[in-house]
Amino acid sequence: MNRVELTRVPLIKTALRSRWPQLILRVIALAGFLLAILAGISGTPVGSRNFGIVFVWIGWWALLMLVAVPLFGRGWCSVCPIPMPGEWLQQGALLKPQGRGLGLGKRWPNKLRNIWLQNGAFVLVALFSTVILTSPLTSALVLTAFLVIAIAASLVFERRAFCRYLCPVGGFIGLYSQVAPVELRVIDTSVCASHTEKTCYAGSAEGYGCPWQVFPPGLVKNTYCGTCMECLRTCPHDNLAINLRPFGTDLNNPTGRKMDEAFKAFIMLGSAVVYSAVMLGPWGFLKSAAYHIGSVQWLVYAAGFLTFLFLLLPGLFYAAVALGQTLGGKKAKPTGKAASRSRLFGTHRQAFTGFAYSLVPLGLAAWIAFSVSFVFANISYLWPVLSDPMGWGWNLLGTASLSWTPYLTQAVPTLQALILLGGLLWASRTSLRIADQQPAQPTAITRPLLQALPIIAFCAAVTFGLLGLLIA
Amino acid sequence: MKMLPSSLMNKHWKWGIFILLALTILLLPLPAQSAQASEKYIQIQASSYEYNPGVVRVKPGERVTLELTSTDVTHGIYIDGYNLEVIAEPGQTQTLSFVADQTGTFRLRCSVTCGALHPFMTGKLQVGTNALLWKSIAIAALGIAVVIWTVRT
Ligand code: SF4
Ligand SMILES: [Cu+2]
Repeated sequence: MNRVELTRVPLIKTALRSRWPQLILRVIALAGFLLAILAGISGTPVGSRNFGIVFVWIGWWALLMLVAVPLFGRGWCSVCPIPMPGEWLQQGALLKPQGRGLGLGKRWPNKLRNIWLQNGAFVLVALFSTVILTSPLTSALVLTAFLVIAIAASLVFERRAFCRYLCPVGGFIGLYSQVAPVELRVIDTSVCASHTEKTCYAGSAEGYGCPWQVFPPGLVKNTYCGTCMECLRTCPHDNLAINLRPFGTDLNNPTGRKMDEAFKAFIMLGSAVVYSAVMLGPWGFLKSAAYHIGSVQWLVYAAGFLTFLFLLLPGLFYAAVALGQTLGGKKAKPTGKAASRSRLFGTHRQAFTGFAYSLVPLGLAAWIAFSVSFVFANISYLWPVLSDPMGWGWNLLGTASLSWTPYLTQAVPTLQALILLGGLLWASRTSLRIADQQPAQPTAITRPLLQALPIIAFCAAVTFGLLGLLIA
Repeated sequence: MKMLPSSLMNKHWKWGIFILLALTILLLPLPAQSAQASEKYIQIQASSYEYNPGVVRVKPGERVTLELTSTDVTHGIYIDGYNLEVIAEPGQTQTLSFVADQTGTFRLRCSVTCGALHPFMTGKLQVGTNALLWKSIAIAALGIAVVIWTVRT
């Protein structure tokens, strides 16, 4: 099935199974994270000269959006420092399980076993983002809050509850990890069927039961697998593999499509559009409205932002879905229970969540195109800051006085256009595939192409809007 | 086409055609936009964190002189693509002259750290028609047709 088992390579397997490479990366990441907090609090208040701002919001962001997410999916979660202190307390160990950890180990409430809290957390950060991205102190406080909430979650709940249900970054990494060309999967499910201990979920002396509360034998999508590699360590039958696979494989899989993830797709796509207008557009009044939190202008901006994310985009998309369903031949009206459940989204709820997954490649492309402009223009702020992280006049690497230079300014617009076009075509292809999966009504002929065409038109309209903002 | 072993090959040649066409569109020179030998003076006022006007339009080949004035703190303009820069202290107008010999849209960015939103202080220079935009739209239409063609056959 088009897979290359990377863990067949002994070196890769050993490196992933061993706890050391991961621990070293995590410790380095944690050191950088703590330094970013420290620099934010005690360093220069000028954002573009403060290590905390530049290292996190330009350096880390570039690495995450341009490399880690598109190529490694949740690879970042594997080395993320934020849950680390809490996890160590919870497990009472730095490496293999030993002794007892701290914490109440409560089950995460059933009602909250979805990503709505993550959706909310992301929107909350997004509403204040112009300040968080530019004020070192605010940025440091936000990062500290992440750390404190993650520790609290580890002490109250079992496993990595923060990552799975709260982290505002983890939500979109999970959504976009579906496109990544790597996956962690069970090799042979029949081996699992006869393995009663299920150590990959329960844990063993070799490692922890899945910290992400995922049942590895049931994995079909990357979304909630944090690639922490614990199951590689705990499976006594060596039945887990990291595979190389075609990009976007998970998008074609109809199982597990849900409304919370669909809205994550709208939130991310909408935010990319708003950020492109606010941060890269020529409109000063928008920038100042987004910056002056609490002012009337900001309230209007916030209301506009929320309306765009939660009403306008999903509303237009719903109209496209409804049009497609009408043209495509699906007419039957639901009755009874189904009718009351679909009150909110009319008769097309299932098609709506299904087609929303076409927005995954579209949204990822939008974020990459936005980030390319922002990152290449500003990454040169990183060199002086690495030499003088606290702004105390140091010159560790001899780069302290390098001045700001935007890179690749001639190539960036073409690059952005190609990325956006790639996203659009990929989204169109995904929507056609999803249309093929829509259940046929017994009496009606379904015409998948007609169902998909309005979705493709929606994606094209968003892409043209982004082209207008980013390269026109 | 009976020789082709699988539907995969079938799709590959369609994408091959698309990539060739897309590259042709992308690299195709547009009918030369008549170069103007005229001169153009544009006054730009910089204040935290915007340029006024935010979008500057000139004709290809024009000799452009930007007169930058700052109303609050020191601001600069860096023109993407042209890689030119001018800096103005408050109250002191500085000029930058150049020939608009590249067409398209180029970002103007403030080049002097001027405050919190400095990295977001941007404007635009538009020289002639934005070929990249129109070419992108053409490629998008073509691409969608190919996607439908490959998925539905
Ligand atoms: S399935 Fe394995 S790798 Fe994935 S989160 Fe669970 S333990 Fe980690
Ligand atoms: Cu400025």
